[in-house]
Amino acid sequence: MELSERETWTIIHGMLAGTLFLLAFAGGLAGLWSLRPGFLTPAAIKERMRRLYVGVWVMAGVAWITVISGTWIVYPWYRAKLAGDTYAGCAGFNLPDAAACSPRDFLLSNVSGQTEGWHTFGMEWKEHVAWMAPILATAVAFIVTYYGPRLIPRSRLRAAAIVMFVAAFGAAVVGGAFGAFINKVAPIV
Amino acid sequence: MNESTVGQDYEKSPEIAELRLEERPDGPGAAAILAGAIGVFALGLLTVLAEASVEIHDWLETWEFGQGVGPLAGKTTLAVIVWLVSWGALALGLRGKEVELKRWIWASAILGILGVLGTFPPIFTAFAAE
Repeated sequence: MELSERETWTIIHGMLAGTLFLLAFAGGLAGLWSLRPGFLTPAAIKERMRRLYVGVWVMAGVAWITVISGTWIVYPWYRAKLAGDTYAGCAGFNLPDAAACSPRDFLLSNVSGQTEGWHTFGMEWKEHVAWMAPILATAVAFIVTYYGPRLIPRSRLRAAAIVMFVAAFGAAVVGGAFGAFINKVAPIV
Repeated sequence: MNESTVGQDYEKSPEIAELRLEERPDGPGAAAILAGAIGVFALGLLTVLAEASVEIHDWLETWEFGQGVGPLAGKTTLAVIVWLVSWGALALGLRGKEVELKRWIWASAILGILGVLGTFPPIFTAFAAE
């Protein structure tokens, strides 16, 4: 049992960070949702806020780690132009090859079925939209930290924070789902 | 309606009165929300511009510093810079101020939606340079 350096980074980028992000989102959303007038005692508010602060900052931090590692470490392996303009280097391959046919080349070459849409739609959307997750999650983390229990009476501010939090999650889901599918069709090796 | 004075907060949620919270106006929250939307919009706009102009595409590619990231390096780095600079400027401008939060949220929603649309492949590829 062994993992190559590239496989290890793919796991850190996709699985480890993704799992933490999901956990932090679930906790953060539940915490934000529960900040309603008359719902919690003062003692419960204090306890709830401590968990919420941790949850929102973990989610923001993990989102930054995910997009930075994805863009600056994993993505260059994905998009390397190895197979030439006509993707001739991918001929005969059933999977990408680290020396001759990058995952991007492999998908665009269509040598293993109609795969180019995974790049032209899936990867093109994922690589951009995912960057919205850390921006929005950081803004929410600031709002939660700065206003704290004041979010209970301020329904508008709380609603805006929840919408941004869910939007950050949505952006991450698009990135994560396409990342998982693309790595299934054309793994980084 | 301004919903942010401590007195109004305590009136709506008596349970937080015991926590003896200090005043926190809506301005900094509005700044964070709008700046986030500006960052998202900048990302969408740069994605469209990179598709529409070969010159901009090539310039955005220079931000990769030899790492093989391509124009995505410039799009994302600049979007983050725009977000942080706009947040700093808005935070300074709105420090200690009460604002009509509803307007700021709507403006942010519009910018955010435009930003998301700008990153959607069928939309940004429609602007592709010949």
